[in-house]
This record gives sequence, C-alpha cells and structure tokens, in this order.
Amino acid sequence: MSSNVAVAPVNYDHVKPIRPWQASPKDRVITGGIFVVSVLIAYALIEFTGLSGKLGMFASFLAVFVTINAVREYLRFGSASAKDTLVNTLVAAGAFLTIIPITSILYTVISKGIKGLYPGLFFTDMSLNAPNDPLDVGGLGHSIVGTLLLVSIALVFSVPIGILTALYLTEIKGRFSRPIRFLVQAMSGVPSIVAGLFIFSAILIPITKNNSSLLGSLALTILMIPTVARTSEEVLNLIPNDLREAGIALGGTQWRTVAMIVVPAAKSGLITAVILGIARIAGETAPVLLLAGGGDKFNFNPASGPMGSLPYYIWRSFGAGSAEAVTRAWTGLLVLLVIVFILFTVARFLGNRKVGK
Amino acid sequence: MYKIHPMTLLENKSAEIPAPREITTKPRVSDKIFRGIVTGGGLSSLIILGLIFAFLLYQGFDILRSQGISFLTTSRWDVNFDDVGNITSSDFGLSAMLIGTIICSFTAVLIAVPISVATALYLSFYAPPIVKKFMVTVVDLMAAFPSILFGIWAYFVLMPSGAYWAKLLNKYLGFIPVFSNEQMVYDSSPFIASLILAIMIIPIVTSISREIFSQAPLDRIQAAYALGATRWAMIRAVVIPHGRSGVIGGAMLGLGRAMGETVAVYTVLNLVFAINWHILFGVGGNVASLILLKFGEATPYEIKALMAAGLVLFVLTLIVNFTADLLVRRLGGKGK
Repeated sequence: MSSNVAVAPVNYDHVKPIRPWQASPKDRVITGGIFVVSVLIAYALIEFTGLSGKLGMFASFLAVFVTINAVREYLRFGSASAKDTLVNTLVAAGAFLTIIPITSILYTVISKGIKGLYPGLFFTDMSLNAPNDPLDVGGLGHSIVGTLLLVSIALVFSVPIGILTALYLTEIKGRFSRPIRFLVQAMSGVPSIVAGLFIFSAILIPITKNNSSLLGSLALTILMIPTVARTSEEVLNLIPNDLREAGIALGGTQWRTVAMIVVPAAKSGLITAVILGIARIAGETAPVLLLAGGGDKFNFNPASGPMGSLPYYIWRSFGAGSAEAVTRAWTGLLVLLVIVFILFTVARFLGNRKVGK
Repeated sequence: MYKIHPMTLLENKSAEIPAPREITTKPRVSDKIFRGIVTGGGLSSLIILGLIFAFLLYQGFDILRSQGISFLTTSRWDVNFDDVGNITSSDFGLSAMLIGTIICSFTAVLIAVPISVATALYLSFYAPPIVKKFMVTVVDLMAAFPSILFGIWAYFVLMPSGAYWAKLLNKYLGFIPVFSNEQMVYDSSPFIASLILAIMIIPIVTSISREIFSQAPLDRIQAAYALGATRWAMIRAVVIPHGRSGVIGGAMLGLGRAMGETVAVYTVLNLVFAINWHILFGVGGNVASLILLKFGEATPYEIKALMAAGLVLFVLTLIVNFTADLLVRRLGGKGK
C-alpha cells in the first residue's frame, strides 16, 4: 500500500544555507552607520572643544567609535562581548598606527625625491659640483659605483662565513651549536658604529692608516654575517631530512650529501638570505662614514682613495642644508629605497618558491 | 656457496674471496676536512665578537685606566691643549650620554611595544587573509629600510608633529616632572628621538611577537572557542600566557637595536653633555651619536676615548641581546 503513494519531490530551492558567523546585511548597515555617526561626533568634538589636528580627529573618532560599539554589544550580549569589541577596535587601531609612518615615509621620499631625477644623474659625479648647485648638474653615478663595490666586497667575505655558520648549526649540530646560535644573535645586535670602530682600531690605525672602501666593506661584513647566517639556517632547516638520509643511504659521505643534495635543494632560499643581507647593509651609513671616507669622484679602486657611496652622498647633501642640497638628499634616498625595494621583492619571490626546486 | 663467474676463473686462477669491507663510523678524510671548515666558519662569530671586544679594550684601555670609574659617572668631555698642541688636561665622562641612551631607548620601547603587540594580535587573529599578507610584507619591508632614511624623514616630517605632540603633553601632563619643560624648546628632544626609534623597532617587535603568537597551541585555542570564548577571552586565556615572555624578549631585542642606533638619532637629537631627565626638552645624549659627532675632528688621543665609549656601548648591547635571546628561546618556545 505504501508503495502506491507517490511522494511529491520536495523543492528545497527556497532554503538558503545560513552562515550565522558572517555579518548579515543588517549588521553591515549598522556598523557603517556607527562609523559615520562616530566621524560626525568626532568632527563636532573638534569644533566645540580644544582638540584639533589629525591626531585629535583620530583619537576622538576612535574613542567615540569604541564607546558606541561597546555599549551596543553590552546591551545585546553582555560584558564579555563588549570587551571583545573593545579589543577588536584597539588592535585594529594599533595596526593602523603601524602603517601610518611607512606610508608617510614612502610618500615623502617619492614626492620629494622625484624632483631631483634627471637622466644625467646616474652617469655623472659631483667632482665639479657642490651639493648646493642646481639640480640639473652633477649626479650620483659615483656613489652607486661606490655602494656596489662596498656591497660586493662585503659579499665575498660574508656569504661564505654566513652559510658555513648556518651549515654548522643545521648539518653538524656540534657541541657549540647552542653558544654559536647565541653569538650570532648577539652579533646581529652589534651597533653599526661599533663595527666601524672595531675595523678602525684593528686595521686602520695599525696597518693602513688611510680610509678605503675595503675597510668599509669589512665593517659591513660584520653586520651582514648574522642576517645571512640566520636566514640560511631557517632555510636549511626546511630541507626535509629524507633528502639527507637518502644521500647517506646511497653511500654518500656527509660532504657529498651536503654539497650535492642539501645546498642545491636550498639554493633559492640561500640566495634569499644573501639578498636580505644586502638589503640590510646597502644603506648602512655610520661605518661607511668612519671608514670609507667619502668621495665626489668616480673611483673604481676599492683599495685606495676616497670612495663615495649612496649613504655618504645623502649624508653630505643633507648636511649642506640648502633647498637644492636637501632635494639631492631625497633623490639619493629615493634611489636607495628603489634598490632596497627591488632586492626585497626578488628575495620575496625566491623565498616563496617551494623548497627543493 | 659462492658463485664465481667462469670468466673470473679463467683470468684469475687464484680467485680469492675479497675480504668484507670494514664497516666503521669513522669519517672519511673528505668529511674531516668538510667538518673542519664548517666548524671553523661556525666559530667565526665567536672570533669576531672576541676580536671586537679585544681591540676596543686595547685601544681604549689608557682612557679607561686614567679615568677609572669616572668615565661612567661624570658628564664632562673636554680636551685642553697648550700652545704647541700638546694635551694638557682631558676629561672624558659618558654619564650624560649613557643616561640619554637609556632614556631614549626605554621610552622608544614603551611606545613601540603596545603598538607592536596590537599589530601582531591583529595580524594573527583578526585580519582577513589579504590584509594580513599585505601588512606582513609591508612590515618586513619597513624592517629593511636603512636608518638614514628614518633619520632624514624624522628630521623633516616627524619633528614638527612630534614637537606639537610634545607641547600637548607638556600642557596637560606638565605637572609630572618628566614632562615638564621650562625652556619651551621642543625641537630635537629625546622625546622625538624616542618616537623615531619606536618607529624603527616596531617591525622587529611585531614580527617576533607574531612568530610567538603563531606558536600558541592550536588545541587550546580551539578548546577555548569550543567552550564559547570570545576572541578576546581566547587571547587572554591562551595566547597571552603563552606569549608573554617571548614578547618581553622581543621588546628587549628592540631595546638593543634602539640603544645602538646612530644615524637616525644623530639627525634629530640635540647632543649636549648634560644630564637631562625632561624628555620633552631639546637636550639629550646618545653614546653612538656621540661617537659619530666627535669622530670627524678627533685627535688620536680623543679617538681612544671614543673607542672606550664604543666598548661600553658594545657591552651594553651585548648584555641586552643575551637577555633577550634567553627570553625568546628558552621561555618563548614553551610557555605555560
């Protein structure tokens, strides 16, 4: 009998999946409304009380917004929810505060630095010009050459040492692993001026007695080693142990396993480490001022003669004080920033690739 | 039974069974060399730090011996010459600079830590994925900015705003001795130096805090949510107890950075050899900036004093960094 009853198919189309955790349109409207009302009240506060400026606006808006939201949540769900809302807003405000300076820095450097750009900038030096001269003469070609030399010589010393340190920490894991990890951390905290003073006291005073960019590179080496070592260590730790075991199982010695399997697998990560190290030292100013001196002419010999560098160019122009000189400093900063940005992007790109490719 | 290939028998009448290969854990020569080189490279950090200490001590020893403890407790910095250019008397005292360094860096940490922790919490538990990815990149990029960029930006952009905020602080909180300022000079004050140092260390403290928060045990986080906790209740019950010591360690790492910062402070701070506790008043000190300031025209004798100052700074940052490392590594991993 029951088999004869035809069951009409039930149409479920009108049933929408519910997502109780998501804000409903009504919620969104209310949140938006509270936002607008808070802005208006903040304006009113600024009009009628002693507060003023962007900071006053931000503070009063935040206070009003937090209060309204917290009171609403308190009335709806009680004190726990009110506290949650309060913290939510405060935390977002903290993140906002972090973003403000970097936005301002980028905006200032680009808007002020762009005025000093002209094609000859990269091919001329300052040997015939003072920083106060008009912006269409002279340039920073010599300082780019100087910075390139400083950084590449620092690379020659710091990359082997940094990667060897990382290999010691990940492959050998010897008795000294813990103290060395400690010391690398401590080394990353060595102030750049102290690194400069060290090279000054150890090499410049007793041996060379003259500034040269080679000495600057040595100081930069000290600053770069910890960055390279720590990033490389992280990368090498990501290499799966299976690879090492496979190498040993095939009869490879540790040396062959590391050189033929582990390091090639970690190649892009190690390059990232080196690039981050370069970004760390490219704009380092204090040791360069101390050791490399500063030059206004093209100089391709790192072992002798004053050598310009981007930080020195910026420093000198900033110190000269006139409007043109300051624009030169901003332009130098813009060039430096672009270099750091490119290095950083390349490092990100390589670092995001899968390990082992 | 050993199977011997007939060809072998033909070629080699006295076919011997090869002795079994000796199985040993003794490393080969190549491995010994490899291990030696890598260990040598690994120990280089120890050697470099040791050399820094040794050379700064060697160069600054004369000054440290002749000045004694007064190198740390007095605040005069004078070298007097007679007509021929010989040094008649000299006084080197770091106290104003040391106190200035400590004031600036501690204020910077006080400003930076709440903002960094809020940012790290936002990025770890609140931010939508796109915002998170973008902000993490931006914060990392900010950490790679050279200090001269911060310095010049601070001089032209931050200083006017900072002086304005300093006036506000003085107006409303001036009754607290630290915020009082009788001379009405607000530019180039330790407060502004602290602001730029805070901005410089926010990326470091944020990324360390974020790392620590991301290690918070997921099972406990989910347990808290399952018990009906709000996000804040979960953070207070799980994340903060877990991350507290790690965040303190991160703050100390930031403190170390702030203490050693040279160029950014040099551009904004008015260096004067006088102890000044009023952070809004435009007189301050900083050991690293002192070295940069005096280095240009220093005589060989004064350079020795600067080496001694560098040694003091080096030891100070070393202590701070060791403590920070201890906190981040030993306690940050576990947490209860």
